[in-house]
Amino acid sequence: MGIYKHRAEHEQRYMPKGDRQGVTGLHHYYPDYLAVILIGVIAGTTARIILLRIDYRQYPGYPHGYLTHTALGLIASALGAVAVPALLKPDYVAVTFLALAAQQFREIRNMERQTLESLEKTELVKRGLDYIEGIARTFEARNYLVMGTSLVTAAAAQLSGLPAAVFTAVLAIYASCYFMSGEVIGDICDVVPAKISFEQGILKVDEIGMVNIGLKPMRDKILQDGLAVVIKPRNGNARATIHDIGQRTAIAFTAAVIVGTKKDVDLPEFTPLARKNPDTGEVGLYIVPVEKDIDQLIAAVKLTPVLESARSKPLNARPVIKAIKEEGDIT
Amino acid sequence: MNDAPSGTILAVITLNMEEVSGGAPIFFARDEEKQEKIARYLSKILDATVHDLDNGTYIVVRH
Repeated sequence: MGIYKHRAEHEQRYMPKGDRQGVTGLHHYYPDYLAVILIGVIAGTTARIILLRIDYRQYPGYPHGYLTHTALGLIASALGAVAVPALLKPDYVAVTFLALAAQQFREIRNMERQTLESLEKTELVKRGLDYIEGIARTFEARNYLVMGTSLVTAAAAQLSGLPAAVFTAVLAIYASCYFMSGEVIGDICDVVPAKISFEQGILKVDEIGMVNIGLKPMRDKILQDGLAVVIKPRNGNARATIHDIGQRTAIAFTAAVIVGTKKDVDLPEFTPLARKNPDTGEVGLYIVPVEKDIDQLIAAVKLTPVLESARSKPLNARPVIKAIKEEGDIT
Repeated sequence: MNDAPSGTILAVITLNMEEVSGGAPIFFARDEEKQEKIARYLSKILDATVHDLDNGTYIVVRH
């Protein structure tokens, strides 16, 4: 900076217009790249907060959890925003700190996984390890989204000024919400009410055998208070997805969270169960809810996210299999 | 909670002593009413599920 008190003054005197740094129209008021970084950070942090609200459905956050993730989102967006001035300076070495950021975000994944795994031990209805892994991965990925949002916003602010930055930020946040919301069970399966019955000691949901219940009072109670649905996959891909045990555990967990469960430590009979019909691939879900509301149960099942680890697309292999078969015919 | 491994038979309650033998504690009940009562108590005491084998024998299993 030398003898000049204000960078803007220095720039106006000696730098050609194209070389001036910072947001067009704002560089008189803010030194250096502060405005660019600030705009990037604001956009990134806003994205994190909005994404955090979407998280709520699958992972009840607490005030401290919210604060932790907002703070980490702030750091992520700062890293993204700083990259733009670093590149323009040009200080290419500075970009290597993005690698540090990736390390940092992996830590977030571990942190979430550990928290949920330790909570799992005392959970009456288990989330399941697949669901925990999915949630942890989502938290990591969202930080990359935040970093991306702040990066493109800062770049837009640097290159075209404030209005372009606002436009880019809105677009980036919208894209983050849209692309990361993921599929839910309702997208790939039909969920229909089903009937609970007993064939001797075996509890059945329609024709799917679930579990043997020995005590007669328990059977009567289940017949009176229990609810059941059948999840019908729409195609082979969906069938493969709900075949996954982790996915079924996640469905039972979501159902138990939304309609409640009468299960207790000494009432293991009321554990929500999701079992497959081996012939059709349909899955029967049985639960003894606190509130007997079949519509709510169906909604809960439909709202369950399709887990990344469970998603499977065997149908997409068809062209390849067909090609191999045809090749076999020729030879 | 008890940390017995899952899938373990914790107790057997039977009306028919000839049908059962083995490692788990066996309770002999005189009639179905008493059998049901013992099974219910054991399920509460052990936090486990009662299953009916349909041969006059109940088993208490931790899942």
